[in-house]
Amino acid sequence: MKQGRKVIWLVALLVVSILLFMMYNTGNNLDYVLSRRGIRLATMAIVGVSVAFSAVIFQTITNNRILTPSIMGYESIFILFQTLIVFFYGDKAFKVISQQENFFYAVLLMLGFSVFMYFLIFGRQQKNIFYLLLMGMVMGTLFNTLSQFLHVVIDPNEFSIVQNFMFVSFAKMNVKLLGIAAITLMGTLVLTLRYLKYLDVIALGKDHAINLGLDYNKLIRTFMLIIALLVSVSTALVGPITFLGILVTNLTYELFKTNKHAHTVWLCSAVSCICLIAGQFFVEHILSFSTTVSIVINFVGGLYFMYLIWSSRKKIS
Amino acid sequence: MEFEKENKLIFQGLVKEYGKKRVIDGLDGKIADSRITSLIGPNGAGKSTLLSILSRLLKQDGGEVSFMDRSLPDYKSNELAKKLSILKQSNQTDVKLTVKDLVAFGRFPYSKGRMTDADWQKVREAIVFSDLEDLTDAYIDELSGGQRQRAFISMIIAQDTEYILLDEPLNNLDMKHSVHVMKTLRRLVDELGKTIVIVIHEINFAAQYSDHIIAMKDGKIRYSDEVNNIIRPEILKEIFGIEFDIIEKNQKKICNYFNL
Repeated sequence: MKQGRKVIWLVALLVVSILLFMMYNTGNNLDYVLSRRGIRLATMAIVGVSVAFSAVIFQTITNNRILTPSIMGYESIFILFQTLIVFFYGDKAFKVISQQENFFYAVLLMLGFSVFMYFLIFGRQQKNIFYLLLMGMVMGTLFNTLSQFLHVVIDPNEFSIVQNFMFVSFAKMNVKLLGIAAITLMGTLVLTLRYLKYLDVIALGKDHAINLGLDYNKLIRTFMLIIALLVSVSTALVGPITFLGILVTNLTYELFKTNKHAHTVWLCSAVSCICLIAGQFFVEHILSFSTTVSIVINFVGGLYFMYLIWSSRKKIS
Repeated sequence: MEFEKENKLIFQGLVKEYGKKRVIDGLDGKIADSRITSLIGPNGAGKSTLLSILSRLLKQDGGEVSFMDRSLPDYKSNELAKKLSILKQSNQTDVKLTVKDLVAFGRFPYSKGRMTDADWQKVREAIVFSDLEDLTDAYIDELSGGQRQRAFISMIIAQDTEYILLDEPLNNLDMKHSVHVMKTLRRLVDELGKTIVIVIHEINFAAQYSDHIIAMKDGKIRYSDEVNNIIRPEILKEIFGIEFDIIEKNQKKICNYFNL
């Protein structure tokens, strides 16, 4: 079958990009290079999978293919949290609070934010999911502005600590966080896999989902929590990277005409890992670290986004 | 009267407000079993709102819906999905689905995504029942509006519920497809004993194919009776505010409301 061949190509491409990333121009100190690259590879795999899952789920529950969870302000709240820690503790911040503790609090904060947003919208009055998006955008902007205000106030040296969290980088080598992030991701995935079949129904729209016997509001709440967990994993590891979701989900939908989320999420994870690994390879070996992977992805993603708008415009007219 | 043999779907004192505007105002009534009931009335009369409340898509601000001697909120959503189905009017979707996949979703309340042979059998029956065999593997976003509407109705048939609620199933359909849909609904009632409630705008389709009519205006039920007692010039004039001329042919009534 044609689809089956495409899947094989995708897997082959993934394997090739991994091998290339690991083996290209290793030099003589093989052990050192391989372990360093292995950590980066593991980071990219974890981030790739969480970005793919969160974006696919988010796009399905909003019935919109050009959104990613970044619109909900999850990443802004993370940055604000880091800024606040630095604001209060100064340059001693990460001696007082360990990386793991920091991660733990950030996850709790994002989950709390999810629940708060949910009850704000679905609590007493029945508002629809677009109110949720609107509120998310407004809150995100608020958090961003607060962070910016604090950035201006704090000491420039302390700001450089915060800056570390604001830009995506796979060179951070957060070995301590890697384990805890992997466990969080695994746990979340186990939970998610049980709910994937409901996403197929939710994709039909709210009314159909209720007609077919889903407890719609409860499922949306569950998925919001799952998204919060996934976003905190990727954000804590490398920074605000969920914009990647828009590129990889649309590529996946373009390549594979499947409606089964049980397939889509894994295909999208593979696409997402390939993008990250290839982007990182490009940055390391061709641009020799003169730029970051987020700029490469943003550039390619931006071009692709323009193509999306262009082609949907042609479809309408 | 004969149509009142049993009523499993009953509503009392239903109220729904959007802001300060009361769209339905204290509705009492019941749905006749194994019949087609048409909800008619001018735009903004509250027909779709009533249908949405009866099918739990919308929560009312007052009053109660009782279904098979239990209050509607007492049901688990999945349990209700095996007894009562609803199809709203706008069914645009950009999901890449074939007709067969879509109809298979009708079995979700039973299969939870794991389709058994019996489920696929129901899907095939539903496709045959709605005359869609030729389009089984067609993608729904490539179908015409009428075909897509029939595909969604086919999904509802596969859901195999005793009660079927449809919000303007004839919206955007040409005459041929409208007649086709109404005949399918008629067969569901006559051959399989289903109970169907539809919101409908074209008065002649209501007059020709339904057994019972609930006429609404300004958020209230004005009349609820058998078809022949509703299709009268004075009643229709009161509901719609225009003149009607009723022509009788083969014991069925046809309403003319043009150039009067």
